[in-house]
Amino acid sequence: MKAGVVVFPGSNCDRDALHAIGLAGAEPVALWHEDADLHGAEIVILPGGFAYGDYLRAGVLARFSPIMGAIRDHAARGGLVLGICNGFQVLAEAGLVPGALLRNASMRFEHRWVRLTVERRDTPFTNLVPPGMTLRLPVAHGEGCFTLPDREMATLEARSGVLFRYAQPEGNPNGSERDIAGVLNARENVCGLMPHPERASEEILGSDDGLLLLRSLVESAAASRQPAVGAAA
Amino acid sequence: MGDHRYVVSVMPKDGILDPQGRAVELSLPHLGVDSVHGVRVGRRVELVVDADDEPAARAIVERLAGDLFANPLIESWRVERAAPAEVAT
Repeated sequence: MKAGVVVFPGSNCDRDALHAIGLAGAEPVALWHEDADLHGAEIVILPGGFAYGDYLRAGVLARFSPIMGAIRDHAARGGLVLGICNGFQVLAEAGLVPGALLRNASMRFEHRWVRLTVERRDTPFTNLVPPGMTLRLPVAHGEGCFTLPDREMATLEARSGVLFRYAQPEGNPNGSERDIAGVLNARENVCGLMPHPERASEEILGSDDGLLLLRSLVESAAASRQPAVGAAA
Repeated sequence: MGDHRYVVSVMPKDGILDPQGRAVELSLPHLGVDSVHGVRVGRRVELVVDADDEPAARAIVERLAGDLFANPLIESWRVERAAPAEVAT
């Protein structure tokens, strides 16, 4: 099971993501943003960082990288895609998940531990999270304030497209509407979230809650594999 | 063919949180100014398009404005022709 982590100029969580997805049981593969194919990756992760220096708007220039065409095709086939932090901003700019990420309401770069409620456990990103468990993950971003026009927000909520919300005691770090920390696309195979599961994937880091999300992803991708035609028994 | 010069102004939509504008506004008292409010911070993009005529050039700029320079969910934009001296080549 290959999991590809996209490396944009300015990505800085790519190595952490490669390491963590390896811990979760996948074979990590770095994907250069100028590549036009996924080199056999069945999972795609867009990591955190500052792709293209966040010039113009966070995520917008990365949206036009050659690899994004392959990622769009992968998502259209039902393939799993996870965008973390800057990766979420890229997915949102690309229209692969709903919403836009504004500058934090606090006017500061927010880097700290937060608590998340997991709104659904019947998704490929969360199915290993035990019922009732909240997740402790770190955030580190300047533009994480999730917003969506009222009508689109109503649609998102009506289809249960909100996957993670900031919870007490730490609360909402960035002013996101409805405390939204992560969302799903309509088909529920693409997820973007601001907190960093890869930075909370080993106990020595202060939490390994993020590994539950990455393991869910790897096991879901394995479970959804179609038996290959003509494969040896 | 010819050069067609434009200025695209991008602003946060009304009602959209503008922490940048707020941060600027909050700093004004440090300059001894307490009579200013309603600060909003946007972006100005200048560009020169090589196209057959003005409508063809404008169509390219409008596309770039909506696809790249502005995020239609949160920002509005305005495309204006620039006087030749206004945009450096």
